Amino acid sequence: MTITPAIKKDYITKLAEQGKRVDGRTFDQYRPIEIETGIVKQAEGSARVKIGNTQLVVGIKMGVGEPFPDTPDCGVLSTAAEFVPLASPDFESGPPREDAIELARVVDRGVRESEVVDIKKLVMTQGEKVWLVFIDIHILDYDGNLFDAASLGALAALMTTKIPILRLLGPGGLEKSDLEAWFNTTKIQDIYDLYSMPGFDEYVAGNNKELFKDVKPIALPMTEPPISCTAIKINDYVMFDASLDEETIADVRLTVATDHKGDLRAMQKGLSGSFSKEEIQKVINGALVNGQEIRKQLYAKIGK
Amino acid sequence: MMKSDIKLINSEGKRLDGRGPEDLRKIKIESGVLHRADGSCYLEWGGNKIYAAVYGPREAVPRHCQNPLRAIVQARYNMAAFSVEDRKRPGPDRRSVEISKVISEALERVILTEQFPRATVDVNIEVLAAEAGTRCAGLTAAGVALVDAGIPMRDIPVACAAGKIEDQIVLDLGKLEDNLGQADLPIAISPRTGEVLLLQMDGHLTHDEFNKAFDLAVRGCHIVSDVQKQAIMHKYQSVVAAEVQE
Repeated sequence: MTITPAIKKDYITKLAEQGKRVDGRTFDQYRPIEIETGIVKQAEGSARVKIGNTQLVVGIKMGVGEPFPDTPDCGVLSTAAEFVPLASPDFESGPPREDAIELARVVDRGVRESEVVDIKKLVMTQGEKVWLVFIDIHILDYDGNLFDAASLGALAALMTTKIPILRLLGPGGLEKSDLEAWFNTTKIQDIYDLYSMPGFDEYVAGNNKELFKDVKPIALPMTEPPISCTAIKINDYVMFDASLDEETIADVRLTVATDHKGDLRAMQKGLSGSFSKEEIQKVINGALVNGQEIRKQLYAKIGK
Repeated sequence: MMKSDIKLINSEGKRLDGRGPEDLRKIKIESGVLHRADGSCYLEWGGNKIYAAVYGPREAVPRHCQNPLRAIVQARYNMAAFSVEDRKRPGPDRRSVEISKVISEALERVILTEQFPRATVDVNIEVLAAEAGTRCAGLTAAGVALVDAGIPMRDIPVACAAGKIEDQIVLDLGKLEDNLGQADLPIAISPRTGEVLLLQMDGHLTHDEFNKAFDLAVRGCHIVSDVQKQAIMHKYQSVVAAEVQE
C-alpha cells in the first residue's frame, strides 16, 4: 500500500521538474474544497470538509466541569483525532498512533494559541465551574493533507456551535446560579436575553421547552480564525495541499496558520527533511494567498 | 425502562414522529462514496448517519488469526464521540465490541469465505450520528459496502428491528420508543432465503407477540432490502449514463 508512491516517485519528480503535478494542478494550487456544516444534529456543532478526495467530519460536544488547576480562569478545550480504519487501508484500530496525536495537537494549537475560542469567556465560577469544549476529528477518507482539512473542519464546526444550555440545565449539572455567574463575568448579551426570559425562575430541567422556543441559541465566543495551509517539499519543489502520493514521498512538510491581517499564528514543521530560509518564505507567502481564499470560502459557508 | 407520562402512540394510532405502527423511518442509501476503501456505503436511517467501508479480501495479520481453509470476517462497529447527546469516549467499549462480534458473525454467514483462505474481509462501520437502531443500520450499510467491494456473497444481508410500545407491536423503534418502550427485537436476514443472521431481543414479549414482531421485522427487512438494491443499481446506472454521454 505504501509501495505504490515509491514507484510513482520518479513520475512525480519528473513532472515536478517541468513545473507540473500528477492531477494537473500548479504547485500553489489547492484541490477543490467543500465545507458543509450542521451535519450531525446530536453534536453541538459539526462540519464535513472535503479537500479533493480527503474527507473528514469534525464534531463539537460541550459540557460543564472543573477547570484545570493551572488555568482556573479558562474554560477547557480538548482536541482528539481518530484515524479510523475506515479511512485508509493503512489505518489500524487501537489507541491513537503518534500521527493522530500530532494532528490533534496541531489543530488544538491552531485553535488555542490563536485564541479563536475565547476560553476566558467560558468561565462560570473561577476555579470551580467552566464550560468544557471537546473537538473530535473523525477521518473518513484519507487522500493527503489532513492538517488543513482538520483545522478547517474544526473552525467551521466551532463557528456553528450552539451552547447546549437547555440540555445541560438541571440539578447537579448546570445550575441557574452558574448561568448568572457566567453572565456577570462575561457580559454576553445573549445570555442576558435567556436569563431575562419570563418564567426562567420556574424553569425545571426536562420540561418547559416551549418557554425557550424563541431564545436565540448562544454561540461560542470566538474571534477571527487563522487558516492553516500546509506545503510539502519533494526534492527542491515546494507544493501546497499534497495528495496522498505526494505526501508519502515528501521529504519535509510545513504548516503555517495565518490570520485575517496577514500575521502568522501557528507553525509546525514535520518529517525528517529540512527547509532553507528562502523556502520557508515561499511557504509563508503561499499560505497567505491560499489562506485568504479559504477564509472567504469558510465565511461564505457559515454566513459571516 | 423508565416510567414516563409520554404517550408513544396517540389516540389516532400515530407514533411520536407521525408514523403508523408498521411504518419505517426514512432511509437513504448511497453506495461507493469513499475513495480509498475497496467498497463503501453511506446510509441515513431516521436520525442515524452511518458510513461503512470494506477492505479486502487481504492477508490477515497477525498470522495466527488466519484460517487456512477460509477467510475471516472482521467487522468493527465504532461510534464517533459526537454521535450521541453526552460525548462518548473514543475507542471501543463493551457495547461496541459486542455489536462488532454479532455483525461479524452475521456477515460471515453470507460471504463466500471458502474462496479466500488465510484472508480477511474487514468491514468498518462508523456511526456519525446515532438515534436508535444503529446496529441494524450499520449491518444494512455493511451489506451494500460488501457488494460495492465485489465480495462474493450468497445474498445481500439486511437488518431491521421491531418492538413493543404501549402494548402494541411496531416496526423500527425511534429513539424515545427505544428508551421508553417495552421490547426491542433487531434481526438481520438473508432476504432470498429468509435465513436469520442476527437476532437479539430485550424487554418483555409474549410468545404470540414475538411471532408478530418477528414477522413484522422480516417485512421491514424486505423493504430495506429493496432500498439497498436500488442504491447499488443507481451507482452502475450512473456509470452507464456517463459512458453513453461520452
